[in-house]
Amino acid sequence: MKRGERILLPLAFAGALLLLWSQWAKGGGGGVTDFPTPAETLRGFQHLLGTPPGEPAPLLLKHVVASLFRTTFGFLFAALLGIPLGLLLGMSARAHAALNWLVQFLRPISPIALIPISIMVFRGDDLRAVFLIFYAAFFPIAITTAAAASSVPPVYVRAGRNFGLKGLALVRQVIVPAALPQIVTSLRVAAGISWLVVVAAEMLGVQGGLGWLIIDARYQGARTDLIVGTILIIGVLGLGIDLLLRRLERHPRVSWSRHEHG
Amino acid sequence: MASSRIEVQGLSKSFARRGEARLPVLQSIDLQVEPGEFVCLLGPSGCGKSTFLSIVGGFETADAGSVSIDGAPVTGPDPRRILVFQEYGIFPWLSVEENLGFGLQSLVPAERARRVAHWVEAVGLGGFEKALPAALSGGMRQRVALARALAVEPEVLLMDEPLGALDSLTRQAMRAEVARLWRRLKPTVVFVTHDVDEAVLLADRVVVMSARPGRIVEIVPVAIPHPRRFGEPDYVTVKRRLYRLLGLSDEV
Repeated sequence: MKRGERILLPLAFAGALLLLWSQWAKGGGGGVTDFPTPAETLRGFQHLLGTPPGEPAPLLLKHVVASLFRTTFGFLFAALLGIPLGLLLGMSARAHAALNWLVQFLRPISPIALIPISIMVFRGDDLRAVFLIFYAAFFPIAITTAAAASSVPPVYVRAGRNFGLKGLALVRQVIVPAALPQIVTSLRVAAGISWLVVVAAEMLGVQGGLGWLIIDARYQGARTDLIVGTILIIGVLGLGIDLLLRRLERHPRVSWSRHEHG
Repeated sequence: MASSRIEVQGLSKSFARRGEARLPVLQSIDLQVEPGEFVCLLGPSGCGKSTFLSIVGGFETADAGSVSIDGAPVTGPDPRRILVFQEYGIFPWLSVEENLGFGLQSLVPAERARRVAHWVEAVGLGGFEKALPAALSGGMRQRVALARALAVEPEVLLMDEPLGALDSLTRQAMRAEVARLWRRLKPTVVFVTHDVDEAVLLADRVVVMSARPGRIVEIVPVAIPHPRRFGEPDYVTVKRRLYRLLGLSDEV
C-alpha cells in the first residue's frame, strides 16, 4: 500500500460515513426520527464545550475530568495490587492453592452487578466509581501476571540463581522483566475495560462524569445531539488511553518479546 | 594432600514417575576433576549427563553420594560454578553488554564497564554492545552466554551441550573459540556432549557414559597437544576407541 493511500483511504471512508449518516438521520432511515444529523451533533458539541453562565469552566470539562480521574485511580490501584498478587500466585504454589479459587470465583462477576453495593457501601461518587473500576481492572491484570510469572522459562531462573540472585532480587531482575511484555498487554486490556466500566457506573447511579452526562441529556428533553456528542467524546478519550498504553508496549524492555521468536 | 577441584563420589539419582517404579538416571558415579582440567562427558541421549551437571551445579540434589568442590560440599547454585546451557539462557530483554555485566553487579560501575568492554572484545562482539539477543545469530548468542559466564571468573564452568543448537559450520568455529578461551584462562571445565569429534578436540579426558541409567563405562585420556587437528593418527586412534566404547561402528 502506498503512503498516499494510507491517508486517503480512511479519509474517504470517513467522508462516505458522514454522508450516509446525514442522509439517514434526516428521517430517511426506516423509523428513525430523533437521531441527530452531523450538523446538529456539531451544535451539541458547541453547547458541551461552551461555558454556561455562572460556571467557571465548560460544562464538559468537569465531567471529562471526573471520568478520567476515576478511571486513572481505579486502574492504578488495580495495577498496584494486581501485579504483586499475580506474581505471588504465579510463583508460589502455596499462594496459588490458597487464593486461586477466590480469584476464579470473583473474576466472572460483572462489576455492573456490584454498582448498587458500591453505592450503598461507599461514601462519595468518586470512591464508588474507583472501586468498580478497580474491581474490573484487577482480575485481568492479576490473572495475566500470574500466568506470565509461572511460565517464565526455567533456564532464566536458573541463570539468575547461578549468578547469586535469590528472593526479591530474583523476582525484580528475572521474573518481572521476563513477564513484563505480558503484564503490559494486560494493563492495556484492563485500561480499556476501566473506561467501559466508568461510563456504565456513571449511567447507573454514580453522579457526574461522561456517563452521567448522557443520562442527564436524556432527561433534559431528550437532547440526542448532546448524547451523541458525549458518546463521540467517550470514543476519542478511550482511543487516547489506548494510544498512551500502546506507547508503553513499544518500550524496549517490553517490545523485545515481539522480536524474540520472529 | 592436594584435593581435586571437583570430587564426586557414589553419586546416584532417580526420578519419580506416576504409577511406576522410580526411573534411575545416574548410578554410582565416581569422578575427580583437577583444577584447570577440561573433562568431556560423552554418552547417548538420556544417559543423565545433564542431570549430572545440574547436581554438580547445585540445582538438583542427588539421592545418594556426594559432590564437593575444593573440598566443600555443594549445597546450591553459586557464581563460582557457572552452568552454560544449550538453549542459551542469556536474557532476551537485556542488551549484549547488559547480559555480560549481569554477574558483575557487585563491582563499582567503572570496573564493571571495563570488564564488560574486555569481554565484548574477547568474544568478538564489538559493535553489538547495544544489540538485543534477538538480533544476534545462534553462534553470537552462545558467545554472549560463554562470555557472561567467564566474566565472573568462575572456578568451574559446567557446559551442557553448549554448541548443540548450532549449525555444523558455526559449531566448528565455536569449538575453536571454546578451546582458545580455555587455553588462555584455564578454568576447570565439565563439558557435556554427544559429539565424539567435539570430545576429542576439546577434552583432556573423556568420560564415556552408558545409556540410562548412566554409569561411567571408561575414562579415556586424550594426550594430544593443542591445537588439535582432525585426522591426525593420534586423533583417529582416540576417536576409534570412543566409538568402540559407545558401541558404534566407525563405518557408515
